[in-house]
Amino acid sequence: MEDKFIDLTVPGPTITPVSKPFWDALSQDEFVVQRCLDCTRWVFYPRNLCPHCWSNQLEWQQASGKARLKTWSIVHRPGHPAWQAVAPYVVAIVELEEGPSMMTHLLVDVKQKLDIGTPLELCLTKVNDRNMPFFRVVD
Amino acid sequence: MGKRSGAKPAIVGLGELKPVRYTEGQTTLGMIAESVRLAALDAGIEKGQIDGLLVGPQVGETPQHVPATVSEYLGLEPRMSNVVDLGGATGAGMLWRAQAAINAGMCETVVCVLANTHEKGKVSRSPNRNPIREFDVPFGASGANTSYALLKQRHMEEYGSTQEQFALIAHWARKNAQLHPDAIFYRKPASVDDVLASPLIVDPLHLYEIVMPVGGGAAVIVTSNERIIDANKHPPVYCLGAGEKVTHRAVSQAPALEAAPLSYAIAHALGQARLKVEEMNLLSLYDCYTSVVGTTLENAGLCPPGKFGEWMKHHSFGHDGDFPLNTHGGQLGFGQADLAGGMSHIIEAVRQLRGEAYGRQIKRARYALVTGNGATLSEATALVLGGEA
Repeated sequence: MEDKFIDLTVPGPTITPVSKPFWDALSQDEFVVQRCLDCTRWVFYPRNLCPHCWSNQLEWQQASGKARLKTWSIVHRPGHPAWQAVAPYVVAIVELEEGPSMMTHLLVDVKQKLDIGTPLELCLTKVNDRNMPFFRVVD
Repeated sequence: MGKRSGAKPAIVGLGELKPVRYTEGQTTLGMIAESVRLAALDAGIEKGQIDGLLVGPQVGETPQHVPATVSEYLGLEPRMSNVVDLGGATGAGMLWRAQAAINAGMCETVVCVLANTHEKGKVSRSPNRNPIREFDVPFGASGANTSYALLKQRHMEEYGSTQEQFALIAHWARKNAQLHPDAIFYRKPASVDDVLASPLIVDPLHLYEIVMPVGGGAAVIVTSNERIIDANKHPPVYCLGAGEKVTHRAVSQAPALEAAPLSYAIAHALGQARLKVEEMNLLSLYDCYTSVVGTTLENAGLCPPGKFGEWMKHHSFGHDGDFPLNTHGGQLGFGQADLAGGMSHIIEAVRQLRGEAYGRQIKRARYALVTGNGATLSEATALVLGGEA
């Protein structure tokens, strides 16, 4: 299933100096998320300071890759035409076990029954030669 | 600081361009200028009497120095000018800012204007849309349709709301648009079944639940100049209350998918006006998608969270109904001229309060609730407008 993305020429991430460690780690098959050393909360997307307590003491830490489904939708007509090749597909907002939420691509059949809270796990997926943090439903 | 004027600021001028599916041979600056000219004519004022200017961001044509560019184009010399950048809430955000600038003694007569071209096959995009561009787009989640589909799905899962309930909102928008000859869907009504039979663009959103992008423009003039207000051929309309809140940009970063900032904004606007939502004679609610109207009805406290569908079953939403809602057809029926789309809710409210909504006039319209919503249910502004100060 994951093979269909390999040659997909969709827009990749526009990486910044602050977010670079996140994407670099993914290319080493690691999923890291920032954590605040003051209030101990996890932070996503990558920032210069903690949005909860404004501490600038953020550290990259290994995240579990476990998440729960918050909501999803089946994209029939993608906002970017390059995605049409794999449509319909499912995008989702997931809540990482560590707390923060992120947008992701869900590796499921569009007919699969999903629910708020469905347990998910990280499934690094090559898109255009880059490891992307997609998720799939835990068996 | 200038001398504060005695009169309470009033809305005295409206300018609106008829929405068109595609513009041809037009520029955004030209359409801004025409919208302002129409508003000045409506207000019965000369250009030299305008001394305040609020504009929106112009991603394609004029990304920076927008007030200066618009001033130069129109030959204006405003003593207060600024960009309001609140997406669909920009129009509503402009109105209370115009009033605040007047009350601060910085100017007397402000024009708020939004307009844009919409050329076939041309989409203007900001060169840098991070962090959405970095953390949404690479997952296949580009554009507002996807964000609002995610929000609608959550509502359906959380509360058991149904496709039929959302489709009813689109049906009413189209139905009301049949009384507005300028609406893009004039003579194109849609039944609930039509809405449900329209293609799923991003499931669970159907095509007819999504606004049609159009070219167009709108301008509103607010003044505290007593002579202008007295000489105005229209009854003055006042902003009696306003509320605003901004929480996030990307839908994935919403602090809570249920607690929309409009809840705060609407309550604040009603509180300032010392009025209850049940006293509103018109609900002019921002409707880029059907689901936004559903959640806004809940945010306004007209029904408990999750219950808009049940509530709507017992009410009627035409100009002659018990809860007139978007009598101009809303943006779902009228068309969305980019940021000016939000302004259409203000223009209709003022027309109704003036008693000039010909063919669709609400009887004894005294108060209107106007909402604006930008980004992903995250930029929220609410206004209470009324015919008495």
